[in-house]
Amino acid sequence: MALRHVLLAAGAFFMLYPLLWMVASSFKPESAIFTDLSIIPHHLNPENYINGWNALQVSFSRFYWNSFLIAILVVIGNVMTCSLTAYAFARLKFRGRNILFALMMMTLMLPYHVTLIPQYVLFLNIGWVDTILPLVVPKFMAVDAFFIFLMVQFFRGLPRELDEAAKIDGCGPWRIYWMIILPLSKPVLATAAIFSFLWTWNDFFGPLIYLNDIANYTVPLALRAFVDSTGTSAWGQLFAMSTLALAPIFFFFLFFQRLIIKGVAMSGLKG
Amino acid sequence: MTPWILGFLGFTLGPTLASLYLSFTKFDLLSSPTWVGLDNYRFMFTSDPRFLNALRVTFVYLILEVPLKLAFALAVATMMDKHIRGGDFYRALYYVPSLLGGSVAIAVLWRQLFQGDGVVNKLLFAIFGVQGPSWISTPETSLYTLVILAVWQFGSPMIIFLAGLRQIPQELYEAASIDGATKWKQFARVTLPLLAPVIFFNFVLQMIEAFKAFSPAFIISGGTGGPVDSTLFYTLYLYQEAFANFRMGYASALAWVLLIIIALFTSLSFLASKYWVFYEDER
Repeated sequence: MALRHVLLAAGAFFMLYPLLWMVASSFKPESAIFTDLSIIPHHLNPENYINGWNALQVSFSRFYWNSFLIAILVVIGNVMTCSLTAYAFARLKFRGRNILFALMMMTLMLPYHVTLIPQYVLFLNIGWVDTILPLVVPKFMAVDAFFIFLMVQFFRGLPRELDEAAKIDGCGPWRIYWMIILPLSKPVLATAAIFSFLWTWNDFFGPLIYLNDIANYTVPLALRAFVDSTGTSAWGQLFAMSTLALAPIFFFFLFFQRLIIKGVAMSGLKG
Repeated sequence: MTPWILGFLGFTLGPTLASLYLSFTKFDLLSSPTWVGLDNYRFMFTSDPRFLNALRVTFVYLILEVPLKLAFALAVATMMDKHIRGGDFYRALYYVPSLLGGSVAIAVLWRQLFQGDGVVNKLLFAIFGVQGPSWISTPETSLYTLVILAVWQFGSPMIIFLAGLRQIPQELYEAASIDGATKWKQFARVTLPLLAPVIFFNFVLQMIEAFKAFSPAFIISGGTGGPVDSTLFYTLYLYQEAFANFRMGYASALAWVLLIIIALFTSLSFLASKYWVFYEDER
């Protein structure tokens, strides 16, 4: 048992060493980064953070604002429309339900590369390229089939008697959705919200394609522009900004650890 | 419901069909698409060395990354399973790389770690006294730095394994040890067969992810897939064709070939699984 602990602890240290080293290096002067392998900075010098924040022609405040705006809108869109769609699939009877459900499940398998180019052409033609709209508007139309699937599974587990009781009391489908299903589904809604946020925050491909002007960049795009513009000359500042880019995800994990781990364990949601 | 139907038609079904159509055309965004029949597909398989290279790179990556990642995930999960004190804490620590690993910041870090004067070479020098090459700019090694990056993120399959391991009834192990089975025998005869559905699930999930890998290769190679195309993943090639060379028709054909490859490999895995995966309810 003791050996097991030693192995696990050593393994964890080995796994986390690169991250710890990066955080430590973000406080080191440039000259020390290539010689100092320690994970404890000698003093907490915030210089890299201050310089890095303003290193590009637009400051990181702007990139954080862009990233947060997109992520929040995506979370709202996904939770609202995916839960509505899932409610319809789980509870309402309508023509073609099974066929539509099967189609929805098929989109789970579809790699996004297939729809990528026509979508791009569409957004280019309506003049949405270089705005956040292509990244946000589709989410208000429940395009993330995975979350629909997750919610359908959850809604089916809720007792139907509740719906029926409400129906006898004169509630329509909207009120049942709003007053009964949603309040009972907080765990699954939270899971969808958390993963929406994490994925959007980390997303690189979407912003890479749709955002051109540096003022519209998200944090990951800005980091990439930073690497390209400084090459290998400003690692300290780069690490400082990388640390800040990872911080929201890390804090999310601290707060929602149970839900995140459960989400991964249940359904293989990618972190 | 209505938003989904609109979204489905507008952003999934419509584009899917449009992409199929575009794959038979030549289209540069400026002029309207012109029909070229099967030319894109013919060119791809007969006279496009970069396409074949991208396939090769993706498959080498997949064949190394997926089994290694699952092996680590299973090994660590088994070590953690036996109600060890602080298990949840270890689980969280091992999951952190998985959580953060897909982000650009980590790819940036990887670039530093594996460059000529990066941390990995510093450590190699300090411990073994050897001077390593610049791993990311040597064509023979660059792809392996990406494999390591992917394997490093074994946390999420590990969590799935842990959930699966906890489903295995403890009595089976007790019965096995009464019969004199060693730990290894127990692992091979009890754990592995009962865990087969979970292994299979993880395998399919990771395989599909590996086909779609993009950002790390993009960041580490500066968008080129270099050095000399050694990290030109399939998706990276598709991106270059579409958004750097504006060959939208050809890129659509590439996307459809990717779809077919993924569908093919997923169904092959399902077929093969009949021979090694048995579910509780079919016994």
